[in-house]
Amino acid sequence: MKKNFIEKLLPLFAFLSCLFLLGITFTLFIEGLPAFKAVGFWKFIFGKSWHPTHEPPEFGILPLILSSLGVTFFALIIAIPLSLGSAIYISEVISPRIKEILKPIIELLAGIPSVVYGFFGIVFLAPLVQKMFNLPTGLTFLTASIILGIMIVPTIASLTEDAISAVPREIKEASFALGATKWETITQVVVPGASSGIITAILLGMGRAMGETMTVLMVAGGATMIPKSIFQPVRPMTATIAAEMGEAPMGSPHYHALFAIALALFLLVLIFNLLVDWISLKRR
Amino acid sequence: MKVRGLWGPVVLAAALVIVTQFYFCGLSGARTKSRERLSIQGSTTILPIAQAIAEEYMDLADRGLLPEMDITVRGGGSGVGITALLDGTIDIAMASRPIKPGEIERARKKGFNPVPTIIAKDGIAVIVHPSNSIKGLNIEQLKAIYTGQISTWSKVGGQDKSIVVISRDTASGTFETFKKLVLKGEKVRNDALMLASNQAVATTVAKTPGAIGYVGLGYLSERVKALEIDKVEPSQRTVVNGDYKLSRPLFMYTHGEPKGMTKKFIDFVLSLAGQRVVKDLGFVPLG
Repeated sequence: MKKNFIEKLLPLFAFLSCLFLLGITFTLFIEGLPAFKAVGFWKFIFGKSWHPTHEPPEFGILPLILSSLGVTFFALIIAIPLSLGSAIYISEVISPRIKEILKPIIELLAGIPSVVYGFFGIVFLAPLVQKMFNLPTGLTFLTASIILGIMIVPTIASLTEDAISAVPREIKEASFALGATKWETITQVVVPGASSGIITAILLGMGRAMGETMTVLMVAGGATMIPKSIFQPVRPMTATIAAEMGEAPMGSPHYHALFAIALALFLLVLIFNLLVDWISLKRR
Repeated sequence: MKVRGLWGPVVLAAALVIVTQFYFCGLSGARTKSRERLSIQGSTTILPIAQAIAEEYMDLADRGLLPEMDITVRGGGSGVGITALLDGTIDIAMASRPIKPGEIERARKKGFNPVPTIIAKDGIAVIVHPSNSIKGLNIEQLKAIYTGQISTWSKVGGQDKSIVVISRDTASGTFETFKKLVLKGEKVRNDALMLASNQAVATTVAKTPGAIGYVGLGYLSERVKALEIDKVEPSQRTVVNGDYKLSRPLFMYTHGEPKGMTKKFIDFVLSLAGQRVVKDLGFVPLG
């Protein structure tokens, strides 16, 4: 009776998550669509200027989208070598005992709150970047990318390590038996064998970088222009929503435009997640 | 036990929810019995004032000098505060800007009549790095800097260094005031850094030799240099007597004229004790 009851309860909880997702999606559409209607979809997405409180207001989010994509892309350039390197080292090179110590430490990085990363960026990294490149300000595209890159290392490294460990031992042994060196085995057998897991890890890291809000709000500088150099201040989509939602009058065009940004971001991240599913399905 | 099948879990969940509701209501009800509650939400600029005054009020109430009430104060921004007021979830909305036409319309539709009370004033100080040789600017120069017509300090009599323009994000009450008083309808140059709080602006200006920014009077310190505007230095005195032009009123909005508990609290804010708190926090008291 008791077991039966719990068994019946579990699907209810699973169903609840779906309900929340549906609710959030529904709200995003309801609150965001009026902006597309008022401004025009293409003008909204490809408009180059964001002056939401100006008279008349301008709602073009192309600079915001490009900032988000650009910062995420650079974060990946920084994070991928770091995390692949550490994942390969942990799973293939060192002894299992050291691995048991090292892996939790990397995963611990994932537990640091993003506001702490942001604070670290403002206090330590931004002045460093400013001095090193002799810039007028250290709150730039580059600073935000570096911090985001560090933030997503644990996600990518940990999942990549899982994927590499899942490559069957027989395959590796066969490679050694054919006379391949350790390096050849790693680069030509293990990594290709784990590639679908690695791609999934990278895409998940990408999703996290794109949705990250607090850090970019603190260190990206917040200028709403299309980034032309990595030494300029930029403003990703998430930072715009976080900075402006509090003061936008409810029901105003500005308010709906912020929801429309959220909707665009949601669709972007959704596409990445579908890609993840598609790749892992195809490879299996 | 016949209530099984699909309904079993639902009934259990509902029962759980109801039981916890009663449990917690019972607990808090016992603690705050016979006390009235007042909830305040809105502008983060006014938040420290409201928090400090609420603490002072409850302190005096504990000593029996004022009628007891439980006051909760939350931030979120002027827009959030006014929205919450119109939704009927709070008693007082703090706002660092006047209510907007769209918000008034919404209030009318719901049958509300939001009434402002000015509770303090705030001067907006224009700040630069302490190493900057500039002493002051006039409003036109300030406007030219923020709109991008002037981009080096040498054009306004300073060193040959490019100006890093720092602004607040476009939704903040501080920005709205600055826009009205300085920009007069023009746009901020789009490579200006837009930061999310007064504190962030102050910190960044203190660390950036070529920077210019603006913050509330309460955020001035020796780490930044406040400029004279039209030859008047920003201070509580110059804001009160009207010589310093960059100032704004801070509001508390209520449903209709304040009455009951709401009136008691707002009267306390406007009293000598309340206005002393305003002054101690670096804002400008009324009168």
